[in-house]
Formats: sequence, C-alpha cells, structure tokens
Amino acid sequence: MDYNLSHIKELESESIFILREVAAQFENPVLMFSGGKDSILMVHLAYKAFFPAKVPFPLLHIDTGHNFPETIKFRDDLVKKIGAKLIVGSVQEAIDKRLVTEEKGVNASRNGLQTAVLLESLENGKYDAALGGARRDEEKARAKERFFSHRDEFGQWDPKNQRPELWNLFNGIHHLGEHFRIFPISNWTELDVWQYLAHEEVDLPSLYYAHERDVFERDGTLLADCDYIEKKPEEKVFRETVRCRTIGDMTCTGVWRSTAATTADIIEEVATTRMTERGGRTDDKRSETSMEDRKKKGYF
Amino acid sequence: MADSQLIDSELLRFTTAGSVDDGKSTLIGRLLYDSKSIFQDQYEQIERISEKRGEEGVNLALLTDGLKSEREQGITIDVAYRYFATPKRKFIIADTPGHIQYTRNMVTGASSANVALILIDARNGVAEQTRRHAIIASLLQIPHVVVCINKMDLVDYDENIYNRIQDDFEKFAAKLDVIDVHFIPISALIGDNVVHRSTETPWYDGPTLMYYLENVHIASDHNFIDNRFPVQYVIRPYNDEYHDYRGYAGRVAGGVMKKGDEVMLLPSGFTTKIKMIQGPSGEQERAFPPESVTVLLDDDFDLSRGDMIVRANNKPEITQDVEIMLVWFDSDKPLQLKGKYTLMHTSQQVRCVVKEIRYKLDINSLHRLEEETDIHMNDVARVVLRTTKPLFVDAYRKNRITGSLILVDEGTNNTVGAGMII
Repeated sequence: MDYNLSHIKELESESIFILREVAAQFENPVLMFSGGKDSILMVHLAYKAFFPAKVPFPLLHIDTGHNFPETIKFRDDLVKKIGAKLIVGSVQEAIDKRLVTEEKGVNASRNGLQTAVLLESLENGKYDAALGGARRDEEKARAKERFFSHRDEFGQWDPKNQRPELWNLFNGIHHLGEHFRIFPISNWTELDVWQYLAHEEVDLPSLYYAHERDVFERDGTLLADCDYIEKKPEEKVFRETVRCRTIGDMTCTGVWRSTAATTADIIEEVATTRMTERGGRTDDKRSETSMEDRKKKGYF
Repeated sequence: MADSQLIDSELLRFTTAGSVDDGKSTLIGRLLYDSKSIFQDQYEQIERISEKRGEEGVNLALLTDGLKSEREQGITIDVAYRYFATPKRKFIIADTPGHIQYTRNMVTGASSANVALILIDARNGVAEQTRRHAIIASLLQIPHVVVCINKMDLVDYDENIYNRIQDDFEKFAAKLDVIDVHFIPISALIGDNVVHRSTETPWYDGPTLMYYLENVHIASDHNFIDNRFPVQYVIRPYNDEYHDYRGYAGRVAGGVMKKGDEVMLLPSGFTTKIKMIQGPSGEQERAFPPESVTVLLDDDFDLSRGDMIVRANNKPEITQDVEIMLVWFDSDKPLQLKGKYTLMHTSQQVRCVVKEIRYKLDINSLHRLEEETDIHMNDVARVVLRTTKPLFVDAYRKNRITGSLILVDEGTNNTVGAGMII
C-alpha cells in the first residue's frame, strides 16, 4: 500500500490544519477578504475545514471605494452562498471623517490608506486573529513571514523578533490588545493556487479571464481606464484583450495582455510566464523594500 | 494536464544551512535558475541592486535575503522560504543561516525537512560548521542527508580530495544518528552535477543533486504504523440537518486509520469504533499522515481538544515526566531550573516545571558538559520536565509529531524552547 499525498493535497491539509488551529486558539478571528483569488481560496478551504458546520468567523473587506465593480458583485454573491457575515471597512468613510488624507496627483492611490482603516476595523471588532491570503512566493519580505505572525498593540510587525515555528506547533498566545495575522496558504505558489482552483472547480471573478477593456500604459504597466485615475495628457486610452493576475484597487492593479480565457489556459500561462504576479503592482514598485515597510506598519 | 500533475507530484521540504562564503546562496540560485524558477522581474531587480552596490556580476544571494537589515549586513538572519518545482516534485527550501548564533533558525528550518543539504567547501574539508549542521540534522532526525562537496572546480576536480572529505565526514557521522547519507561533488558556480551532469568528474557515477532531490524516497518519512490522532477541534454544526453530529477534527500524526477500526480514547481509556472519516473532498475509507480529516465515532463520547484517538494495543506513553533534548531560543533569559513554562505538545497546552538540567551538549564536538547548567540562546541541553497534566507522547525518533514540544515564556508569551522527547 502506498501512502502518498500529492503536493496539492498536502498543502490543502496544511492550510486546513492552520484554519482549525485558529478557531481553537483564538476568541474572535476574522478572515480578511479582498475578492482576489487567494482570499477566495481561503474561503473555500475554510468551508472545508469546518464542514458541515458554518465557517466560524466573519469576512472583513477593506473597501477602498476604488474596486473593480466585478469584485464587489462577486463578494456579495459569495457571502450569500456560504451564509457568512460580511464586515466592510470603508476607506471613503475614513476620508470623509478625516481619519486619513487622500493622496494627490497622477500616482495617487488609496492602497496606503487601507492600513489605517484595516487597523481601525480590527480594533473596533476586537479581533484577536486576522486571517489573510498572503503567500511567501509573492514578495521577498513575505518570504520571511510566519504562519502565525504576531502584531503588537499598534498592529506593527517586527520581522527580527518573530516566534520560531517548528513542527505542527503554533504558538498563538498573546496579551490583551495584541493580535495575530495568520497566513494559512503561506506555502502555496501562484501555480498551486490555480491548479487547485481548477481541480475544485471554484468560481472566480470574470476579471481573471481574458476580456476586452479600455486601458492605458504607465511606466510599462497597463492600467484599466477608470474615473479614479488621473491620466497624464500623453497617456492615450486604447482597447486591449487583457486579464488580471492579482486583483486589488483599480488604481494600482496592472492588467496583462492575455488571451487566457479558461482556467486551463491560465495554468498554461502561469507555468510558462517569466514575470511574477506582483510585477504589475505599482504599489510594490515605490521602493526596494516597500512591502517590508508597509508590513511593519500593519499592512496585509 | 492539471489533473495528472495534481496526482503525480510530491512535496519535498529541504533545509540548507551555510555561511556567506560556502556558496549556499549560489547553489540555491543555481537550482532556481536552472529549473527556470527565477522570474525576469526578480532577476532584473537584483541585477539593478547589484549594480547599484557596485558588485561584480549579479548577486544571487539577494534573491533569498529579503529583509532590509539582511541586505545591509549581507547576511541571512531569518529562515527564508523559497519555492521551485520540476515536473516530478515541488520543493520548499528552508534557507537558514549557518553561523552558531543562528542555531535556533537552523533548528526551525530542520523541524519539517525531509532532506538536509550540507555544503562543504572542497578546499577546507569538514569544518566546525559542517559538524554542527550534521549534529542538528541528527538531533532533529531529518530522514535524509545530502552532503554537497562544493567548489570542486577550485581543486581541479580531484577525486582524492573528494574521497578524503567523504571519509572524514563518515567517520564523524558514525557517532551520530543520521540514517541516510549521500555525497555529491559539485560546483554551484559553474553548475557541475547540480542540475546537469559534469564532464569533469568521470570518476563519480552517482546522481546529480537535482536527480537526487527528485527521486529520494520520502513516502515513508512519516510514521504509518502507530495510530495517533490528536483531537484538534470539535465540529458541532448545531442545525437541524446535522442534529447529533459531533466530528473530531485533526491531522493524523501517525498510523493509518480506517473506517470500522476499534480505537481507544485518551485520557479516558474508553474504546469504540470509527464510524466515518471525512476528508476535504468528502467521505474516505482511510486516513494517514499528514492528512487533515474529521473522525466520527460509533458511541457518544465527549472528546475535546487535547484528547487523542489511538489503538488499544498500541498506546503512546502517558506521562507527566518527560525527558527531552532542548534547544533554547530566548535571547533575554537563560533556561531557569525550577522555572515554570507553558508547554505545547500536539493539541495539548499545559504548564511544566524544569526539574533537572542533566547536561549541556557541545554542538561542535558532541561532548556532554555535565558541569554546565547555564543554558543560553542556541544551547542544546538534556532536561527533565514535570507537567501539570499527563501528555501522550512517543520518542521523537519514533514520531516527530507526538515526540516534539515547545516551551513558551509565561511573561512574554514568546516561544523560548524546542524539545525532542527521548
């Protein structure tokens, strides 16, 4: 008899273990939901981890107000389908209440404002664990992230003082007011995610598949034309067949020229591509350590 | 295509340890580069940084050194995880620093590894650091050790040098508890015997490193004999459809569990049968490590987190006294004799007191230092603990999951020690 798990089944098993560990060790966890494929995968895994009971934590969406309309519709449909509770932290509201100040100029983005709204939402909900769909293969600072990542009472990450994680033992013990960021899919790569979503036949937002869209080019990246981005005079809009490899705010999510119309096409494309998926994210390009800097302050 | 890959490909975790100069980063860069796992934008980014810092050529170490302070100091501080895949396997590298002051990071990387990759500079032979890495691999019971004798190009691919280093290592390893050791002559810089077979080493007829990693037998690295199922979480739906449902969720830690099996529940000692096993894709007939499943029992017992499902004729040791090899992690405080700590073992969380510090182990020479009982960060010691509640344990040699534990400081909540049960 051969007792072999395929790598995808082993990753699935690891993620389910982490999700259950969170439900067991924390009082009040929440799942950060962005509407992207990684957080859809997280919801799918959470559904499996607690079946036939309901997922024992609500979903939290930090809405920049600059989302692709497709994302919001998909989010609302999914929440209805699994019967989860949805909490929305609104960046627009925070701007209106003058808790944060909007960036100005052509490269203005609400990406950085999300951190303040996220931390406020976590504090308001008294959440002691925030589950996120970040993966270690995405970015070099994330490569050093733990499954259970400790945050102090200001929500800050101290990369040099992380708790060692050994075997199957995860230490989530914390003081009042501190919380943990938890990353159950740390060990998945972009290709793993796509293979699994295809295998499980999980529904995804249409943005991930090739479609025609009005776009313009900035610093070598294609951006979707929309009201939220101020264009420079020389930036001309044109029609192109594109798809998203990651989904974030419209102001910083690049779209890719692609004809991948099915999940199988996408797997083929991902398996042969020479660019990382965050290569299209202008928020990562602000400096060499922009992800590490944002993470220390409490970004996802 | 997607489906056949899902079925065929296995996951192999390996750990590397090394210092700045032994070519570890170059070797990892070589594995990633030759397996086409470095992306163009990543490559361009490190190319830009290398140029800005006035370095000769592209510094592949920048791929793994992610944190600002690591880049500034040019060293790896933390465990960095890297991923690559070939059509046969998917690989997770836990890349750890090799210097003695980072023993705790090496131990962390080693705890889940199938394979330890140890690098030796052919010009220097077996060094203190080599011995330390081998001792850690032995202590953490990494099932396979592959020793890469690197920089063979700098010793003219001399077979005698290779053989002498192999002899030296084997003599030393005889004192250790390493199970399966392999030697490969390589040059990470040039690529000899890393992914492609070298024409410079006709006297070597073993596999390349990549071939070894793709084919080493890892299916039996788990314990498939002794049934151990720590209850992690109890699933109770509280709805009409699943009115009496009570599922015990957990990850199989040992043995193969089957539907209909006669099982014993710990700590109560009651016996019952497995009524159903639910996996991520529905009902399944059996479950084995490291699967996460939900187990339903024939009779209505009230199990909770920390309990364990085992076989009546094959129980773990049930004890409040555990003797361990302890690796100490805390930089602020040494291990306190008579000190109290929180102890995490499988899904149990208890308190414990340090009853005895037997000796400190010199991790360069294996000497037992019985007079030294001051245990500081990165020290390894043999220690006796007494717990507030019984634990269900196996020797670490027999089962890495039921044989391991961590200690947590009750003031700071930091993980301060890792223990392997003897």
